[in-house]
Amino acid sequence: MSNAKPLLNVSGLTKHFPVKGGFPIRRTVGAVQAVDGLDFQVGEGESLGLVGESGCGKSTTGRLITRLLEPTGGKIEYRGQDITHAGRAQLAPIRSEIQMIFQDPYASLNPRQTVGKIVSGPMEINDINPAGGREARVRELLEIVGLNPEHFNRFPHEFSGGQRQRIGVARALALNPKLIVADEPVSALDVSIQAQVVNLLQKVQQELGIAFVFIAHDLAIVRHFSQRVAVMYLGKIMEIADRDDLYNNPRHPYTRALLSAVPEVTVDDIPRERIRLQGDVPSPINPPSGCRFRTRCWKATDKCASEAPPLVEVEGNKPGHLTACHYPETADSVPAPRLSKDPQAAA
Amino acid sequence: MTPPTPSAATPLEVIDESVEKSPSPSTPKGNESRSPGRLAWKRFRRDRTGVISAYIVIFFFVIAIAAPLIAKLYGKDPYTTYASQRPELLNAFSYPAGPNGGMSSEFWFGIEPQLGRDVFTFLLYAIRTSLGIAVAATILTTVVGVVIGVTAGYLGGRTDYLVGRIIDIVLSFPSTLFFIAFMPVIYGIFVAADDDVPTWLRATAMIILMAAFGWASIARLLRGQVLGLREREFVEAAKVTGASPMRIVFKELLPNLATPIIIQSTLMLPAFVTAEAGLAFLGVGMIDPTPDWGVMIQRGAQFYTEDLTFMLFPGLSMVIFVLAFNLLGDSVRDALDPKSKR
Ligand SMILES: Nc1ncnc2c1ncn2[C@@H]1O[C@H](COP(=O)(O)OP(=O)(O)OP(=O)(O)O)[C@@H](O)[C@H]1O
Ligand code: SF4
Ligand SMILES: [Mg+2]
Repeated sequence: MSNAKPLLNVSGLTKHFPVKGGFPIRRTVGAVQAVDGLDFQVGEGESLGLVGESGCGKSTTGRLITRLLEPTGGKIEYRGQDITHAGRAQLAPIRSEIQMIFQDPYASLNPRQTVGKIVSGPMEINDINPAGGREARVRELLEIVGLNPEHFNRFPHEFSGGQRQRIGVARALALNPKLIVADEPVSALDVSIQAQVVNLLQKVQQELGIAFVFIAHDLAIVRHFSQRVAVMYLGKIMEIADRDDLYNNPRHPYTRALLSAVPEVTVDDIPRERIRLQGDVPSPINPPSGCRFRTRCWKATDKCASEAPPLVEVEGNKPGHLTACHYPETADSVPAPRLSKDPQAAA
Repeated sequence: MTPPTPSAATPLEVIDESVEKSPSPSTPKGNESRSPGRLAWKRFRRDRTGVISAYIVIFFFVIAIAAPLIAKLYGKDPYTTYASQRPELLNAFSYPAGPNGGMSSEFWFGIEPQLGRDVFTFLLYAIRTSLGIAVAATILTTVVGVVIGVTAGYLGGRTDYLVGRIIDIVLSFPSTLFFIAFMPVIYGIFVAADDDVPTWLRATAMIILMAAFGWASIARLLRGQVLGLREREFVEAAKVTGASPMRIVFKELLPNLATPIIIQSTLMLPAFVTAEAGLAFLGVGMIDPTPDWGVMIQRGAQFYTEDLTFMLFPGLSMVIFVLAFNLLGDSVRDALDPKSKR
């Protein structure tokens, strides 16, 4: 973590979606605790990876940061300015600095607009007139993301998935943002194209010095991209650390389980044994008491059920490496795979 | 009076067969863009039925618009009772004296029984009146339906719930019965009992009432479409860049709703034409002496045993128009929305 003031400071961020039910009068009968008390920072030009299984609240977090959703609780500060409940007018000056890249390149581009309109839209909305005109800027942006600048008057349906995602990147760059939230930007793409788009984002991040919140559902992609990585489970951060700390010294059982699924990683030089987690992710409407991971953790005890482990720098962690677990893993701890070995991984 | 309930949600994706075959736009065939609209136009032009129907429909509209001009060149008008100056035109039973309803080089489509008006100009003006009312009703219905549907879908929540219930009620209303029963009541509100109801009042009342019952189906369709669209990521992308709700509705949503709106209104217009004629026939819409398709058919029905020709012209022309317009509507739908092709 950088010593200077962070670009983005999130504390206690919470989003509960009301669950409506009942007949004939619909009323709130519960809440999906999609995001429940997140704390993290993103420094200037830094890339934070946000990793977790499907449904753990990653997209919700991204939409809260970009203020597409209204937080239920907590605080979002951008450059020291509280934007937690800022309205459209208050957000206007910041809008150009926080942008988003979406997961589905087919849904994220308006099929009725040309690429030129899509990419220049943000400039139009914010009344930005770059030197040389918007069209020149659009061409320049298309060039940056590796598209033919002459294609600006084509429609999205004339492009492949990877190319569309590049258009999405160009749109996000149009306003010279300081922070981009990328919500699984490559998971909808062919594996062969994923690397190209990740490389593009990496180039953008390094050359333009843009900070990223990079959302992904496995640790493999994030590894090449993010300086810091946060692992989420059921709306909470389980572990957050600098990349090398997290990959070389995972302290949370869940991180370890996720890492064991990443092909090229060998944890603590022990030959990789795939940890197959038992059971399903519990419902976020009624999450487990205490540690949310306890229903699938092979080390769970009564304490895990009664007491939620705080996200802290547990003993043996480097500074800035926070883990939320009562019984953190150590280099020589016997991992669960002994109990639930994946026969295919061993073979 | 309620236009046909729309087919289920119309997809918004743009389909381009040629792209699907060769998914590599990096090999450009020139720089011309294949906009969704142009693709639909290309598909439409390949559809023979659609093109022929379009010509027929255009022909009717040209006639309607140019009716006064044609009548002037032709030298007659729809109101003069030519038989009163020239009683030889009608026989002793007040039916046209000549064969085929009195068709001649002077009276192209013959002469009306009893009053002896000119059928040709009467039909021209009848088409003009009927199409005018139907077009006005279609436009009003579409505008009201789009505004209400998009608002409900975009705002969601309580507004949406309330609008949804109103739509249910309107759609379950027996609108034809309502028309027959209440048109006289409405006229009564504005006009003293023994005064004549002015034509403009009849037309306006009909247009407003048809729109009042017609908006619900298009509103319901659009509401559903907007509910789906506003969750789309491109709408979120616009919000992230700070787009106002106005801009989102007009620049992001409405262009994607053009297809269902066009399809719905092309289905609606012929329905309104027949509805308007039906009301006139029943005596609650336009009435004689206003030239109107329904009025003509109603009068024709009184004489058809003796003078079939008089019934034939309005009847046939209306069947041709409604058929052509419905075929056109089908072709437009297929062109805009190729997935729905059976
Ligand atoms: N608008 C909403 N209303 C109600 N519940 C929601 C809403 N959006 C998300 N949720 C719920 O919140 C939880 C977290 O969803 P979210 O989309 O953030 O997960 P995710 O980590 O992005 O998953 P994925 O990898 O599948 O994209 C899920 O249980 C989801 O059902
Ligand atoms: S707190 Fe307990 S249940 Fe949670 S991860 Fe640690 S050991 Fe497992
Ligand atoms: Mg998601």
